[in-house]
Amino acid sequence: MSTTTSAHEAAADGAPEDAAHEHPEHEHPSDWAYVKIALILAVITAVEVFTYFETVLDWGSFLIPSLLIMMVIKFWLVATWFMHLKFDNPIFSKMFVGGLLLAVGVYVAALAAFEFWA
Amino acid sequence: MTTETSAPATSDADTTVAAPATPGDSNAPGEDTAHGPSTGISNTKLAMWLFLGSECLLFGGLISTYLLYKTRRGPDNLAIPTDVFDIPFTSISSFVLLMSSLTMVLALAALTRGDNHGARVWLLATSMLGGVFIGGQVYEFTSFLREGVGFTNNPASSAFYALTGFHGVHVSLGIVMLMSLFVASWQGKLRQEHSETVEVVGLYWHFVDVVWIFIFTVIYLVPA
Repeated sequence: MSTTTSAHEAAADGAPEDAAHEHPEHEHPSDWAYVKIALILAVITAVEVFTYFETVLDWGSFLIPSLLIMMVIKFWLVATWFMHLKFDNPIFSKMFVGGLLLAVGVYVAALAAFEFWA
Repeated sequence: MTTETSAPATSDADTTVAAPATPGDSNAPGEDTAHGPSTGISNTKLAMWLFLGSECLLFGGLISTYLLYKTRRGPDNLAIPTDVFDIPFTSISSFVLLMSSLTMVLALAALTRGDNHGARVWLLATSMLGGVFIGGQVYEFTSFLREGVGFTNNPASSAFYALTGFHGVHVSLGIVMLMSLFVASWQGKLRQEHSETVEVVGLYWHFVDVVWIFIFTVIYLVPA
């Protein structure tokens, strides 16, 4: 949206051509595409909750990895589609993923320190 | 917020263009209003993404603290949050917040195509779903207190209330922003050219949603 506008303005003002190429014009998905993503999110959430109550299947050691994978998929769907990271300038993704990785790295290290050395 | 990229050239903007701008000064008025920032990306969105990146560290700290203390009942061996979790209720709350992300993105899509009425409806729906989530959280906290899980009971309770309470404050602030947009739209001040404002508020809203996706799985569903 706005990035596209900027690209057009940059190109119109004779800015380097790659500046315009960097932010190619994109069509945002249709409302139906967003609804489909929301349905997928709802189904994944239902499966997550199912694992909590389900007693027939023995998830065993697969339970926690399964929950974490489903969580990551939901996180990724919201970030890429609803937050438009899939369509926006890659610098936004780098900024967000950078903060996320920094947080995960710092706190995994902190938790490991408490677990093994405290 | 939006004038730098989205607003059409107005007489004000033209006046700004005429003003001399220092080369290389990204804050020069002429550069921002008429030509966009030198990076080619919106400063407002860049700022919001930087803020969200830093928020990851805030919530990362709170989640880590809870994970560290989640089984500590304290010297009096009092109840901890995992003893009284109501997963069906929290699942519905999570679903409501998840669907509010859908209504938020539909509000932005409507405004982007010039459908002001549609945007207004979806903004109101988003804030109402957020209100339902907050109402659910208030109910959850109240029932936890009734069952003897107080904020100062033990480290586990304190960490739980701090984490979910901080998230609730974020959602509440998001509702305030959404209602501000709704009122602006009602007064005819929120139009297609302001879609970046809605997009930036939407980014914040989706962020509180993804944080809850994390909290719901790691705090509520993963067995202690």
